[in-house]
Amino acid sequence: MAFAIQFVIDVLSLGGAYALMALGLVIIYGILRLVNFAYGELIMVAGYTLYLTGGSGLPWIVTAVLALIMAVVFGIFTDYAAFRPVRAKSVTAVLITSFAFSNLLQNAALLFISPRPRYVPLPEVFSQTVTIAGAVTPVRNLLTIAASIVLLAAVAFLMRKTTLGIAMRAAASNFTMARMLGVPANLIISLAFALSGFLAGVVGILWIGRIGTVVPGIGLEPLLVAFIATVIGGMRSLPGAVIGGFLLAFIDTTLNYTLSQDLLKFRDAFTFGLVILILLWRPDGLIKGPASGQRT
Amino acid sequence: MLDVRDLSVDYGSIRAVRGISFHLAKGELVSLLGANGAGKSTTLKCLAGALKASGGSITLGGTAITSSSPEQVVRAGLATVPETRDVFPDLTVAENLMLGAYIHRRDRAGNRDNLDRVHTLFPRLAERKHQAAGTLSGGEQQMLVIARALMSRPTVLLLDEPSLGLAPAIVDRIFEMIDTLKRTGLTIFLVEQNVSQALALADRAYVLRLGKIVASGTADEIRSSTDLSAHYLGG
Repeated sequence: MAFAIQFVIDVLSLGGAYALMALGLVIIYGILRLVNFAYGELIMVAGYTLYLTGGSGLPWIVTAVLALIMAVVFGIFTDYAAFRPVRAKSVTAVLITSFAFSNLLQNAALLFISPRPRYVPLPEVFSQTVTIAGAVTPVRNLLTIAASIVLLAAVAFLMRKTTLGIAMRAAASNFTMARMLGVPANLIISLAFALSGFLAGVVGILWIGRIGTVVPGIGLEPLLVAFIATVIGGMRSLPGAVIGGFLLAFIDTTLNYTLSQDLLKFRDAFTFGLVILILLWRPDGLIKGPASGQRT
Repeated sequence: MLDVRDLSVDYGSIRAVRGISFHLAKGELVSLLGANGAGKSTTLKCLAGALKASGGSITLGGTAITSSSPEQVVRAGLATVPETRDVFPDLTVAENLMLGAYIHRRDRAGNRDNLDRVHTLFPRLAERKHQAAGTLSGGEQQMLVIARALMSRPTVLLLDEPSLGLAPAIVDRIFEMIDTLKRTGLTIFLVEQNVSQALALADRAYVLRLGKIVASGTADEIRSSTDLSAHYLGG
């Protein structure tokens, strides 16, 4: 029983973090048909904000809010610096500018902060554990589950019930037509980047809550995870990204539990092998996105 | 109401529309006729702000909208129904209509009244308001895109080939709708290949061939010109 509870909590907490990462990536992809490769650096920005404000004497929660704000600001800034100037050109151009922007931020962190991992002060709650029906589990896992439930519900509400959210979904399906109805293109795109930045910020805080330090390359793994989750779930579907995130976490956690110590270092190979099988079965991902639509 | 002068539009290196001029008076239904490739849809896309004009001017109620973006054009009062019948397939009928009223989103009471009016015109859409637009039939989707355009409370409605690809019985119903809209006093610019049905509704018409207007006049004049029918409009 305790084992089952432990497993479910592990899957849900890792899955929640993965789902939020994937959602942040797919929100941009849905509208622009472009992968934001600088997405991982938004997580880095949140991490370094926590680090830099950590010694300032501000309450931790204030530093966390600042980290979120910085991730949102840098999200919008990504649009202005890497996407907007070349959006109308080619996919290749945007691919390169988003890689360049990602590199620029990483190198800025290397140069101005440090190439070495920096310890990020975290409130005690991140290192405490609780016992649920015999299963000892870190509180941060429960926090991750709670945060992902709240945020997934909030994003679902925004996308389904508000005019702006519906306009974002419409823009994701047919950008030109949405503009012909008066939906302001640039505002919708900036909003998508802001939302993506916000999700990256939350993921950043939760991720650092797990590992406790920040390095310039911290965003790479979340970016890769988000990318794989969206590919499994369907690149253009928001529910698909969430399902992909949880599925990937289920695969990872199952392998963690079942593989022997010798095989565990090959876990990613097993994971990707399974991902390939899923994609052979459903090449478009588990959930298909809107039927029509073109790159803008 | 709508005044177009010497409009030229390029498609890449090809000049698809070559210096055409036409106008619509308030409450008029004017049709733009022509065979495939005559430049009809290009003209319309340019009016809608989706294509840039390479020369000439477009004014709507005295305001220049020649180089306006699609967002600005619809705010100026020109609503477009494209020939591709672009519903948002994953959104419900109600959400599609709600987006039609995007530019008036703060005026909730006005939108409710307008929605009632649209539902009276298209009762089928009221029945299917919770259905995903992508699951509607072709005829219903056509009704939805027209209804969605009306939600923006336009002063001029641009209709691009509303009969394209629809069964004859449905086409008749769509033209009945257009006639009803005309009687409400709406100014309508109807781009059509279906010459006889377009002329049955239109007050006046222009005939486009290879990007130039080759004839214009009242619907009767165009209809009685056997020469035009034979050469440009396919009988």
